[in-house]
Amino acid sequence: MAAFMRRKILDVSYTCGLTAHLGGGLSMVDVMAVLYGHVLRLDPKTPRWPDRDRFILSKGHGVLGFYPALLAAGLISEEVFATFQANGSALIAHPVMNLDLGIESSNGSLGHGLSMGVGIALAARKKRAGFKTVVLLGDGECNEGAVWEAVMLAAQLGLDSLTAVVDHNKLQSDGESRDIMQVGNMAERFAAFGWHALEVDGHDIDALVTAFDAPAPAGRPRVIVAHTIKGKGVPFMENDNTWHHKRLTKADHEAALAALTARGGGEAAATEDAP
Amino acid sequence: MMEITPRTARQWSRLGSRGIFGQAILSVAEDHPELMVLSADLGNSSGLDRFKAAYPDQFLNTGIAEQNMIGVAAGLAKEGFTVFATSFAPFIAMRASEQVRMNLGYMEMNVKAVAIGSGIAMGLLGNSHFGLEDVAVMRAIPNLTVVCPADCAAIIKTVEAAVAFDGPMYIRLTGAANNPPVYTEDFAFQIGRAIPLRDGGDVGLVACGTMVHVALRAADALAEQGIAASVIDMHTLKPLDGAALDALAARVPALVTVEEHTVIGGLGSAVAEHTAAQPDRVRHLALGLRDAFVKTGQYEYMLEQEGLVGPAVAERVRAFLREERT
Repeated sequence: MAAFMRRKILDVSYTCGLTAHLGGGLSMVDVMAVLYGHVLRLDPKTPRWPDRDRFILSKGHGVLGFYPALLAAGLISEEVFATFQANGSALIAHPVMNLDLGIESSNGSLGHGLSMGVGIALAARKKRAGFKTVVLLGDGECNEGAVWEAVMLAAQLGLDSLTAVVDHNKLQSDGESRDIMQVGNMAERFAAFGWHALEVDGHDIDALVTAFDAPAPAGRPRVIVAHTIKGKGVPFMENDNTWHHKRLTKADHEAALAALTARGGGEAAATEDAP
Repeated sequence: MMEITPRTARQWSRLGSRGIFGQAILSVAEDHPELMVLSADLGNSSGLDRFKAAYPDQFLNTGIAEQNMIGVAAGLAKEGFTVFATSFAPFIAMRASEQVRMNLGYMEMNVKAVAIGSGIAMGLLGNSHFGLEDVAVMRAIPNLTVVCPADCAAIIKTVEAAVAFDGPMYIRLTGAANNPPVYTEDFAFQIGRAIPLRDGGDVGLVACGTMVHVALRAADALAEQGIAASVIDMHTLKPLDGAALDALAARVPALVTVEEHTVIGGLGSAVAEHTAAQPDRVRHLALGLRDAFVKTGQYEYMLEQEGLVGPAVAERVRAFLREERT
């Protein structure tokens, strides 16, 4: 599924003919493949199923890692997917809430998603509903103070149905995160706020599955810090921040696809079972 | 349902805006198990102590973190709760302005953001706590309904209407304890419908919040000098009741808006935006707070200083009408 998603990212970025957030989209692909291929309980035939798990893309610029997951999970069609960044499309450069397409919230401004996730997880507890809430954050996004307001309240309320995932690719818009806002150890930082914190290689599918499936302590929210590489999967994009937001030319597209194929992932089908 | 009589209106007036807001919430909670009330650690200051005690599971103190409070409110609303998120006006309308924009405006979550102590009611606490510009900010956000009730009875009506209203709303509470009553018997209150209070053909006073009472006192003073003023309570600032405004403007040679908010972006601006394109547009005087962080004192002192009391408003209206004649 991850290989399918990467191919879709490259194709749709090229065909839309516009700049797109490639780097951060590619870094989160494996996490999203595990979420949509394994972790989240969703019913593509009933997208508003009340007991569905809730996923919030707090790093809203990561849509290139999100829409292909919705496509692979059957929540959006190829026709809808192909409208990416077209005028008037439901699928623009940041998510626009659309429950019929599996998009739970509108994002784009950073630091909003975890607060909403706390509210959703609290609502689930009050309604005695069994669904999980998963919020994907960027590490750059964690510069926002409001993230830590939500982190504190989630711990205070003991929201153990809430999982935050940090796409920790160590780069943000203007450069290396460590040069812009020191984070120290991201997992330790969450742990210090009372969260159950796990660290994992964000490109190791088996390790991600193990992390999501591991029993977590009751009464604490959980964070999975996924160490990732911005631009992962396309060698000339990896850790090259010029691909944070850029247009894919025909030559780029061909070179990127060739690189994917060379790594053995370019032809994978959407229908494979494993993430 | 809290019955409005001259006696209860007087009692409520002594309780003031915050106290009566807490009572109104308590009163509607009985029939609304889906109600959640959030506070950013100002529950007691917001009149919510009795609600907290009676409905502990429906109250949440989010800590001193207003931005997160609005996001959490949205998450709860998304899952079917009717949420009232409360704090002082600037902490919601400006500190958490973008959270209001994303969650209430953009996503239209069913959250009622309640601004306690807006205008200059906080007196000596100072400009940090005032709601001088909150209407300007909130009114500019698409999809947000903005309501500013005139007195304690209207606060009850607003809370009752807000619980039944499916959509985001900014509720601006002005006034302090001893908030003078405007309504002393039951009255029809509908979001988006201005309430005509007095009819006179010489000038139309359009007010919201505490300034409705002031406009009525100004109308009294004008009447003594033979000037007949109409007064309407424009409690809903957005969507503005344009039809009521047009009907008023057709009957009077001049409009005067009165508000406890800066003259930039509030009721006066909303009225001017509505009338600006009309070919026979009526003259309009916009009264409100100066565009300044003024020296502060007790609430009544400040209202005097700002000219937002009946006689001062009447004097400015008279001067405006005289200008027109010459």
